[in-house]
Amino acid sequence: MGVRYIGAEVQRMEDPRLITGHGRYVDDIVFGDMLHAAFLRSSQAHAKIRSIDTSKASALSGVKKVFTLADLGPNYERRMNQLYPAPVIEQNKTQYPLAKDEVCYVGEAIAVVVADSRAIAEDALALIVVDYETLQAVIDVRTALEDGAQLAHSDATSNLMGKMRSKFGDIEDAFSKADHVFSAGFMQHRGGCHSMETRGVIARDDPWGDGLTLWTSAQSAYLIRRALANWLGEPEERVRVIAPDVGGGFGPKAGFYPEEIVIPLVARIMECPVKWIEDRQEHFISTTTQRDQYWNLEVACKSDGKILGLKGKVTHENGAYIPYGILLPNSSLTPLPGAYSIPAIDVGLDIVFTNTVPNSPVRGAGRPCGIYAVERMVQLVSRRLGIDPAVVRRRNFVRPEQMPYETGAKLRGGDPVIYDSGDYEALLDKALELSDYDSFKVRQSEARKEGRYLGIGISSCIEDTGMGPYEGTTVRVEASGKIVVKTGAASQGQGHHTMISMIVAENLGVTPEDIIFESADTGKFPHGIGAIGSRIAANVAPSAFDAASKVRAKALKLAAEILETAEADLDIEAGIVRVNGAPDVSISLGELAIKLTPPSSTRVPIGFDPILEATSFDGSSGSPIASGTNVAEVEVDTGTGEVKILRYSVAHDCGVMINPMIVHGQIVGGVVHGIGNALFERMIYDDQGQPLTMNYGEYLLPLASEMPRIDVTHIETPSPLNSLGVKGAGEGGTIPAAAAIIAAIENALEEFSVEVDYYPVDPQYLTSLIEAGVTG
Amino acid sequence: MPDYRNIKVVVNGVEHELDVETRTSLGDFLRQEIELTGTHLGCEHGVCGACTVLLDGEAVRSCLMLAVQANGHEITTVEGLAEEDGSLHPLQEAFWKHHGLQCGFCTPGMLTSLTAYLGENPEPNERDIREAISGNICRCTGYQSIVDAALDAAKKMRGE
Repeated sequence: MGVRYIGAEVQRMEDPRLITGHGRYVDDIVFGDMLHAAFLRSSQAHAKIRSIDTSKASALSGVKKVFTLADLGPNYERRMNQLYPAPVIEQNKTQYPLAKDEVCYVGEAIAVVVADSRAIAEDALALIVVDYETLQAVIDVRTALEDGAQLAHSDATSNLMGKMRSKFGDIEDAFSKADHVFSAGFMQHRGGCHSMETRGVIARDDPWGDGLTLWTSAQSAYLIRRALANWLGEPEERVRVIAPDVGGGFGPKAGFYPEEIVIPLVARIMECPVKWIEDRQEHFISTTTQRDQYWNLEVACKSDGKILGLKGKVTHENGAYIPYGILLPNSSLTPLPGAYSIPAIDVGLDIVFTNTVPNSPVRGAGRPCGIYAVERMVQLVSRRLGIDPAVVRRRNFVRPEQMPYETGAKLRGGDPVIYDSGDYEALLDKALELSDYDSFKVRQSEARKEGRYLGIGISSCIEDTGMGPYEGTTVRVEASGKIVVKTGAASQGQGHHTMISMIVAENLGVTPEDIIFESADTGKFPHGIGAIGSRIAANVAPSAFDAASKVRAKALKLAAEILETAEADLDIEAGIVRVNGAPDVSISLGELAIKLTPPSSTRVPIGFDPILEATSFDGSSGSPIASGTNVAEVEVDTGTGEVKILRYSVAHDCGVMINPMIVHGQIVGGVVHGIGNALFERMIYDDQGQPLTMNYGEYLLPLASEMPRIDVTHIETPSPLNSLGVKGAGEGGTIPAAAAIIAAIENALEEFSVEVDYYPVDPQYLTSLIEAGVTG
Repeated sequence: MPDYRNIKVVVNGVEHELDVETRTSLGDFLRQEIELTGTHLGCEHGVCGACTVLLDGEAVRSCLMLAVQANGHEITTVEGLAEEDGSLHPLQEAFWKHHGLQCGFCTPGMLTSLTAYLGENPEPNERDIREAISGNICRCTGYQSIVDAALDAAKKMRGE
């Protein structure tokens, strides 16, 4: 075996381009004859469109054409298809690529201008006149299901999209045996992805050549290819989708958007490439987001804090349309019962339409919400019974000897949720140690003498990662000796190029620098799923390992014949196959590749297929379950309501770490997303459905100046579900963060009896709770 | 009617003289006219800092400035930070070493902002660095690796 890369902190292969300004994001791609598009978006949350007058806009110098839905062609006055059909969906509302006669959220695309420049296209938008008949908007999800409520869609029967339920165990028995039953209600709000690169699409149609090609800032190129080909009624083979460098994704770039239909169609009609780059204002009103969930739960427990059952109801805000099936609400329920062995659960969830931007998963999808709910109830038990929250957790954790542990819940496909491996108490111990939990009370009382309010909060989580069915990798040695590695797995910053190259290099006896890496281009690799749900490492890494193993085996077999020795006597190092003990007897991988791709009138060695290449789709035989415990220590200014995070400690288990440096980056970045949810990020609409937070002065993202240093430690419990023992790491930082911070805030403000019932916890809200505690 | 002005600018040591539309931002000018796409536009309202470039050595937001305002000035973009022989700036080296970037979109603005800042304050502490980049939003890293990279680069630049 050559150099070991797996487990090493290899510096990223991606970085030399990106740190010198030579990345290639969608907006960096230019074609000489390219036109530019800008979208007219609805200014109304809910309205009928009486008429659209584009005549003045069309007459503007530099404008090539203005399109409404009717202008796209008679075959295309159709709604988009449902990406993920499900029986739960009672009313399948998808949007038209451009609005037909009704708009259902501020930001819904109505028309598109194609012009010589983006600036001219935007000038023309101001000249389009839309005659709206304003309808009442539905904004408050809590009243949207009441009798007589306004409808978010004028042709709907109600605002209910569908109902779900996670039910297992004997819930009545659990509650009848309980010493205590505690209840809590809370609202969870999660905002948008706010990747620093907005969305963007370039389309070029070459009917006699390459067909239709899209460059799009996306997480799932193959999903877009299929969705677009299906919608157009054309073969997938004639649609090529390329995700070039993508400047962050975090969920909302994993879907299929109206612009990914409209831009290809207008490029086809105009017979030249057309580019559309979303501006930041559009991002706020047209890129899918998460929104509100209202939870009402009851927990049944014994006097020692042992939890017997959990039941309740969730109201989930869906936004105006269903771009993404039920993945988001479903992933809110599947994490129940979290890291705990809870014998009975019965939680129902209503999915409700409102006149806001359609919903899709944001980092973690519904998992941060489900885990927050469980952790809130554990916290409640601890608080009501006066038992240390760490102790309540210890009394309820799923224990290592229970693995594999079937929770009773079901995954989206109907498979049971099974925790494959992990040691949740060990993670708690490590996080407590890292946070100096035992000495916190001393810190707290010292600070209190100075009039400062310190609090500490714990949150534990599990995360189902690596959902199937597969990603794939092709490894091919070319004549030059370079190794071509191709995969469908798109990256939005996760370092897949580096991670996959490390695996191939180690297994094949080459250096990562020998690898030519191609990804996320449907023209270069036949199929893939996409970078969602912390699934890439657990799917693509085993496939890369397997493909490289097959190439290695083929190379050794051929080399053994040529060098007239046994395969067992051979090794590969720096791309050269050598005989152990006789290093001068050797043949390079490049030479072997040439033997397997010989010129005409020669032959491929007998017993071998041509080409030194292999493809594998080996992945995980289930969802590897990652886990973690976070501890937050905060200081609350009781005068201003400001929350300062003093320390943040993470113990995480994502199985075998391929590149610990990259894992560390994922965890820290993920925690900061969770901090944003807990304290800052809020997308506000008024009661007419007008968005009020449309820039980064109003919608607050975490900044370096407010973020704490985050201490991270790991344990590695290898997953038995794949060849490398890996689990996903992309969202494990985000999932537990809000619960840890909010528990810490409550702990700091115990003397005011503060119980937080929504997040983000802004200073205004917190001071109102403190004041109520003072007077109450 | 579009209004054009003739401007002269030096970008990364190369002089350019051309007519630009008066409403063109410096960011669009650098990306579209000079074809240096390393400068990224993240928010176009002056908050995210991705578009930061150096104007006569000072960090400015190229989305908030018009190209015509740069007339007669010297501009350095991320493409101009490395030496002519390709050897990386200490900040670039440190970002690579410390995993100071993931998607790379905010990175050009981080590098240019920190280049200007370390010029003013060669001996920063962690708090100083966090304040210095508080006008640059990174959505991937949680900032920690950027802070580590900047502190390491400052050390190297001091010859330690």
